[in-house]
Amino acid sequence: MESPKTADIAHIGRSVIIKGELSGSEDLYVDGQVEGTIELQGNSLTVGPHGQLRADVNAKNVIVHGVLEGNVKASERTDLRKSAVVTGDIFSQKIAIEDGAYFKGKVDIQKETPKNTHSGVKPETPAAAGNGPERASSPVVAAAVAAASSSTNTAPGDKTPVTEQKKF
Amino acid sequence: MATHSLMRLFRGTSVETGTNVRGSQKERLTRKSSGMNELTRVMRSEDTLCVLDIGSTSATNIRYLTELGHKPYSEDLLDASTDPSLITRDENGQQSLDSKRFLSENLTYPAAQFDVVMCWNLADYMDETLVKPVVARLWSVLKPGGALLAFFHTQEAGVDAPCYRYHIVAPDTLEMQHIEAHKDLRKGPPGAIQNSSPAGFKLQRVFNNRHIENLFRDFGSIKFFLTRDNVREVLVVR
Repeated sequence: MESPKTADIAHIGRSVIIKGELSGSEDLYVDGQVEGTIELQGNSLTVGPHGQLRADVNAKNVIVHGVLEGNVKASERTDLRKSAVVTGDIFSQKIAIEDGAYFKGKVDIQKETPKNTHSGVKPETPAAAGNGPERASSPVVAAAVAAASSSTNTAPGDKTPVTEQKKF
Repeated sequence: MATHSLMRLFRGTSVETGTNVRGSQKERLTRKSSGMNELTRVMRSEDTLCVLDIGSTSATNIRYLTELGHKPYSEDLLDASTDPSLITRDENGQQSLDSKRFLSENLTYPAAQFDVVMCWNLADYMDETLVKPVVARLWSVLKPGGALLAFFHTQEAGVDAPCYRYHIVAPDTLEMQHIEAHKDLRKGPPGAIQNSSPAGFKLQRVFNNRHIENLFRDFGSIKFFLTRDNVREVLVVR
């Protein structure tokens, strides 16, 4: 798959490694390595075939061609292509999984949220890095420094322990 | 049924409001399933059920379950069992798999999490050292009263019985798709474990009724459904 060439999409190349919180207000294409969280509320995230993400993702649409380890929250659609390897829970309105994709986790289909709120309660907004009074349209901001090295550290997985074991 | 017909017409595609199946697909065979029909009665509950599918990732199953309003969990245990790092040797030098390590990395759920577990033909194709520990773990993650569906080949199926993954297309109908052990970039080359080869998974054993009863002895009840294609369907309840 060729990476998108439009100027409207931010692009993280194969050699780039990012550790930390990634947030922005434009579409993002990741073909490198990201460890941390990705916040793209209202925009789309595409994980390229060489992309390796160990991150929780929050976006409007999430399309995965590569490896994603983490939970996915997509307000509209999640797309796992045939080369995708996804480990984590998916919360999405719609999900499409191509034959050949690998998925380990839970699927929670979210109904479309109503536009009106009840009792004056404001709808929840996901936490985002760099909160301020206003967030003007801006390019993707990495909270951590991107390194061009090829080595990565593996963070220990976060697994729920089994509290009861039936012995034979 | 309309969806099933649509899928046959437009091979490799389907249109659904919640979930799509796309991309190239190998030929699928259709079979009726009494066990699945029985299980469907459980899944027609109005409550949201937690359903664990430990077969190969199946978009069809995810769609089927989400459309019923349930929460599907997917975990391909057969694929996970081919991890080369699981290989160990006992004091006699015999090769086996590290079941403790396997269970530390797979099926790591809280106790009594699931209402339904779809085991499919896992026990027939999984390495012997893992079968009993996995069944024990499944018992613990099933809720009391939860149901588990499993398939076992009969002797007549033969040693070359292909390993299929199962897709639920109707309350009593499954589609079978031949599984090929594919290269997993995360885990290394295929064929690292004796139960798999580039052509697919090999039948490891044939369970008779007594073996199956023994395997599920900690479950409260067991029901057998005999089919025409040399497969025994078993529904057990914790």
